[in-house]
Amino acid sequence: MIGAGDGMNNRPGTRAPGDRREYVVALAGNANVGKSATFNQLTGVDQEIGNWPGKTVERAEGILEYQGQRIRVIDLPGIYSITALSTEEQVSLEFIAHDHPDVVVNIVDASALERNLFFTLQLAELGSPMILALNQMDLARKKGITIDTGRLSNLLGVPVIPTIAVQGKGIAGLSDAIIRAVQDRPEPHTILYGKEVEDCIARILQQIPDGAGGYPPRWTAIKLLEGDPDTLWVVRKQAPGAVDLARECARELETIHGEPAGTVLSGERYHAAERIVRDVMEIHTPRDHEAGLTERIDRLALHPVLGYLLLIMTIGGLLVWTFVIGAWISGILLFWLSLIAPVEPLITGSLADIVLNGAWTGLVAALTLIIPYVIPFYLFLALIEDSGFLTRFSLMLDRGMHKMGLHGKAIIPLVLGFGCTVPACLSCRIIESPKQKFLAAFLVTLVPCSARTIVILGIVAAFVNIWWALALYLFDFIVLVVLGRIAFRALPGESVGMIMEMPDYHFPRIPGVIGQTWKRTKSLLGIVMPSYILGSIVITAAYALGYLGPVNALLSPITVALLGLPLMTGVVFIFGIVRKEMTILALAAIFGTTVFSTIMTPAQLIVFALVTMFYVPCISTILALAREFGWRRALGITLLETALAIAFGAAAIRLLGLFL
Amino acid sequence: MASEQLEEYLESILDIEEKEGVAKTSAIAKCMKVAPASVTGALQALADKGFIEYQPYKGATLTGQGREMARKVKRRHRLLEVFLTDVLHISTKNVHDEACKMEHTLSDETECALCKMLNAPSRCPHGSLIGACNRDVESCSACLEENAPPSTTPRDEPLVPVTSIQPGQKATIAFIRGDSSVVQRLADLGLTLRAEIQLIRKAPLSGPIEIGVRKTRLAIDRAIADHIFVSVCREKAS
Repeated sequence: MIGAGDGMNNRPGTRAPGDRREYVVALAGNANVGKSATFNQLTGVDQEIGNWPGKTVERAEGILEYQGQRIRVIDLPGIYSITALSTEEQVSLEFIAHDHPDVVVNIVDASALERNLFFTLQLAELGSPMILALNQMDLARKKGITIDTGRLSNLLGVPVIPTIAVQGKGIAGLSDAIIRAVQDRPEPHTILYGKEVEDCIARILQQIPDGAGGYPPRWTAIKLLEGDPDTLWVVRKQAPGAVDLARECARELETIHGEPAGTVLSGERYHAAERIVRDVMEIHTPRDHEAGLTERIDRLALHPVLGYLLLIMTIGGLLVWTFVIGAWISGILLFWLSLIAPVEPLITGSLADIVLNGAWTGLVAALTLIIPYVIPFYLFLALIEDSGFLTRFSLMLDRGMHKMGLHGKAIIPLVLGFGCTVPACLSCRIIESPKQKFLAAFLVTLVPCSARTIVILGIVAAFVNIWWALALYLFDFIVLVVLGRIAFRALPGESVGMIMEMPDYHFPRIPGVIGQTWKRTKSLLGIVMPSYILGSIVITAAYALGYLGPVNALLSPITVALLGLPLMTGVVFIFGIVRKEMTILALAAIFGTTVFSTIMTPAQLIVFALVTMFYVPCISTILALAREFGWRRALGITLLETALAIAFGAAAIRLLGLFL
Repeated sequence: MASEQLEEYLESILDIEEKEGVAKTSAIAKCMKVAPASVTGALQALADKGFIEYQPYKGATLTGQGREMARKVKRRHRLLEVFLTDVLHISTKNVHDEACKMEHTLSDETECALCKMLNAPSRCPHGSLIGACNRDVESCSACLEENAPPSTTPRDEPLVPVTSIQPGQKATIAFIRGDSSVVQRLADLGLTLRAEIQLIRKAPLSGPIEIGVRKTRLAIDRAIADHIFVSVCREKAS
């Protein structure tokens, strides 16, 4: 039997300095099989759950306390194979092979055992001790599938635990198995492939020195056979003979099978998986209730006319719900908070007062924006997501997204962008290719977030009319599409098409929906709250110290000469860098009125809103962009959008002057 | 009648059949820009050779042999169009006519060499799908890799891209076009050769297609799915 080699004993960091040892368990499996749900059940940490393949892009960590043992649980990203083509696959491979978790818990979808076992077989080749958690047993039962877990366990050589993670069923059994496994270290059997392939592997194995490449020898031999460039490169230095032999074997396989050796091996793995499934699985009723339901809903959701109607109604409903509910809660909150202290930016008085006021204004702005608008938005979105509708929307919009070099999966960041740009930028991680990831994030910064919507509603809809507000929205979408197309052409890199698993629909699971909403809100609070408060302090203080007076003068060539706005708006735009809706607060404070039609003409109001919409993404967004793509790209987007805002504004004031 | 002309007829019948089911004489005449009377003569010649089933007044349907011949010529036509556009930079409006003249004289060997040089393209400059070749290979690497002697034995049955079968139809994967990274990506998700699949639906506006494979359903971009060629399972039409 092939173990994980001698790297097992030097495991820095996982052994506590005393006698008590902290074990490490990794959860691995395909996307959308219930990994996040299992992780939450084991650790109690709120990991995002949704009916959407590929949420865990960064690995999540939690602690399982069970029977006096402390076990660190790592949730690896959901992947379908370990060919190390994508970042997620790389992350998982490196963690399992180099960090040597004590046990790998492979979570598989019992209702799609064959496809899941393909990955199990690859994991087994990495030689870590392993447990199989057979999840979604309820779904399998509904499909009339029964699985002989004892037999499966015998064939694979590892414990097999049936679970229904969303309901918490089987989690105790799984925890028991984990505790036992960290002691027993159950190692999977070697699953043999076809004769020709096994011959090749055996021949290569003889040429591989011990510990070459830091992986189990059988894994290394298979990777060499598949022609994995990294493995070839590493092994070549130690054993050039093995590399040449692997090349020769691969060529032999290619002549026999007429396809590349990598694909031959995938085929072999699937054959092995088919064999196992035939042995352990029975299907009783061919026709089933759940799949029938999914089929019936799909007939509507993917209908060429009704499907798009449903899509528009859902997204429209999402926005209307957000702003109706949001405005109502925001009003109530603002009322109670302003009883504690006034929330207009204070620009006169002692420095301490101004700083305090700045902090308070920032806090209130954060509270009255995030809680009322973003939470209802995320809640509704989580419902669409968890039930399985969002995957259908991305299928329907895939073609349109191609025009901007994106594919259907980019719908999630773009829709999220209507709430707040920050989590939307972070969610671009679900997109595979680096080019498309950046492209999606760039477009997300152009989606009218709730702050921008508030500015458009509060300035244009309130003091010009609703049609101009809608026109601004429309213009924003046009710009988004046009810039998307230009960026698609201008950016280097390739765009890859979408391959996405389509999950079955199910009734939204409340804990999952709440968990998802909270997770997103939390990630928002972490970035937005501090930048709100700090930004607000810095800017009010700078203004009070008289630093912003010169700024007004400095900006006047742009604000007054180019954009035709009042001189004082220079400062207002500076306030808006913290949060765009703070422009409204600043306008009110500086001009001492909330009836903006008395201080600006309709054309000026429209231009003001237009510029606010496009210029500098707020500080939080810049930080998020910098974190994901580096400062160069974050500042690039900032400069580009500011330039565009000025250009649009300058053109608009001249055109609008003709007929307003 | 010259074989070139007969091949042209077969191509037209294939086009019309795909759109309308049966190729009526009038439709063929319109497509070929000839008089209906000369169409009748040509159709009889084709029927005599066993390429089509011809019923006067109803129209023509291709036989298995005829369809294979028509697809072969179509494939050559579109490969030539790619060659003329991408390599020789002939203007797009002329490539169709040029290709029409050249397609009839192309040998199997030249066709294979052309496909290899153009890196197994999937679509012609006008956006139509290029069919799979009739060599007994399971992926393009058999031809594209250096030193690999391409198989010269012909396939037993004609292949169609999975995007052209009907929703609900079952098929087995026979050939995946493209470089090894595309093939690998699909294989890892269970779309391996000889795997049985079912086309569940095609999303509107030539969006992705949904395929059932190994008890899971995958949405696959149409352009990627164009690379997957299948042989349709003929069974219980009831």
